[in-house]
Amino acid sequence: MVFEGAVHVFGDNVDTDVMIAGRYLSLLEPEEMAKHMFEESDPGFVARVKRGDIMVAGKNFGSGSAREHAPLGFKALGISCIVATSFGRTFYRMSVDLGLPIIECADAVAFAKQGAFGRVDTTTGEITLGGKSLSTRPLPPFVQEIIDEGGMTNWVKREAHRRGLKLQE
Amino acid sequence: MAKTIAEKILEAHVIDDRQRVEPGEIVRARVDLCLLNDINGPGAFRHFENMKIDRVASPDKLALVVDHFAPAPNAAGARLGVSMRKFAEEKGIRHFWDLGKGGIEHTLIPEEGLIGPGDIIVGGDSHTTTAGAFGAFGTGMSWAGIAAILALDETWFRVPASMRFYIYGEKPRFVTGKDVILKIMQDISASGALYKSMEFGGPGIGQLNMDERMAICNMALEAGAKTGIVEPDAATEVWAKEYCKRPYTVVSADPGADYESRHDVDFSVMRPMVAKPYSPDNVVAVEEIKGVHVDQVYMGNCANGTLTDLRQIASVLKGRTIAHGTRAIIVPATQKVYLQAMAEGLIEQFITAGAAVTTPTCGACFGGHNGALDDGEVAVATINRNFKGRAGHAGAQVYLSNSYVAAAAAVAGEIIDPAKL
Repeated sequence: MVFEGAVHVFGDNVDTDVMIAGRYLSLLEPEEMAKHMFEESDPGFVARVKRGDIMVAGKNFGSGSAREHAPLGFKALGISCIVATSFGRTFYRMSVDLGLPIIECADAVAFAKQGAFGRVDTTTGEITLGGKSLSTRPLPPFVQEIIDEGGMTNWVKREAHRRGLKLQE
Repeated sequence: MAKTIAEKILEAHVIDDRQRVEPGEIVRARVDLCLLNDINGPGAFRHFENMKIDRVASPDKLALVVDHFAPAPNAAGARLGVSMRKFAEEKGIRHFWDLGKGGIEHTLIPEEGLIGPGDIIVGGDSHTTTAGAFGAFGTGMSWAGIAAILALDETWFRVPASMRFYIYGEKPRFVTGKDVILKIMQDISASGALYKSMEFGGPGIGQLNMDERMAICNMALEAGAKTGIVEPDAATEVWAKEYCKRPYTVVSADPGADYESRHDVDFSVMRPMVAKPYSPDNVVAVEEIKGVHVDQVYMGNCANGTLTDLRQIASVLKGRTIAHGTRAIIVPATQKVYLQAMAEGLIEQFITAGAAVTTPTCGACFGGHNGALDDGEVAVATINRNFKGRAGHAGAQVYLSNSYVAAAAAVAGEIIDPAKL
């Protein structure tokens, strides 16, 4: 899958408490979560993001608390793809299971410029940032399969159908 | 080839054709228990509804615990509790603990004997790694991944590489399990164990009871780990015989197991450690920051709300009172811990000393309620995270420590080596 959009750049160890504060953990609607992303550290973030934009970060992006509010909020804002040196593992897992494309690339953040154009191909691992072409390991096939389905919900529906499980109308 | 604990546990749970697993591979597996709380439960239920599956595949493998917005601080929090009760009732979930019945999930589940050595425990909460204290593979899971378990009784894992921590030497006074993990955080950083299994063994482990081992595994993920497991020993087996309600299999690493890295932790030179704002890996020995004024001390949460912690606090507070200008909040992790602390006279001692004792809740630990901080306020807390803004105002500062150091700070009104009190 190929994603193209303006790039938002982040540093190392951006924790999920910074992405969305604990006081919003009672929210259930992704559109509501989306209003509060980076509320304390970057109050202009939500207004700046346009549908299709790409996030590029350093190491351990999404560290700390396992809160699906974070990837749900980014997805609701229209973020198309997240690239980082490495990810906090629950954040990685949550993004995959939500069908939000998320891929590791060691050098991406070094070439990412705030607001510049970026292009990510998760199937081939080719990434273009600021005119620079990078290559990283593509998503593992099973992870790509979940993302292609649009997340775990659709994947389970397909599996349930395949296994002959009873589905609701 | 010789395998680590995580590899052997995963190997015993895979449901595809493979007989062996290697780090980096993605495997499909069954879990022994799936833990949902009032934050991730309602989120997972939504995904489950969208999957249109009409029944939960294995209701007895689920444990539902209302512990975060409990007691509910507002209507939005109350709504999450409503969602939990409704799901438990409709789906016939036997293992359901509401407010007043259970406590903080990670302390409650072993107390109830719902986990055992060799198990895979997943949960929507990141601190599900706490299960590693009992020789289990515990890890945090996505809401959608939990919904898939509700639907199909299976999930997927990327097999982690493993790191071995060899703990040895005689443990000094006032040094606890919490200090072991804080010291490791100092050494390897908050991303030092990303995606890895941290496995803790060596002769030093025998000096730590199960409560203190929970403090170690609880914070394994603060170093980025997928799971943290204490190698089972005689104490694990004694615990398992007394508590486990299901059959279990004690799993140890093979001799010569293929660990990606090996690290030594020498107890004999260890000090009580403190993580400064705003990261759990910003760690120094307590004497390096003595004298920092403290407005609030929060003692309790899934890392350090056990009976062992309450006894440690009591040993420091004995004959002393909370300092003028400092507030102390003590939160027993479960109702059973609370009752036992009452029976031992600890609660009376805390209240007489001038501490607030509250019902078991995750409350202030995630900034939800039960003790938020304002701009400029400083706290010592026995919790596991001190990220900017987590405790309330973004200008508040939280120092993480063990229960001795926290209690000593409450008495002195400033950070102090408990030995110097």
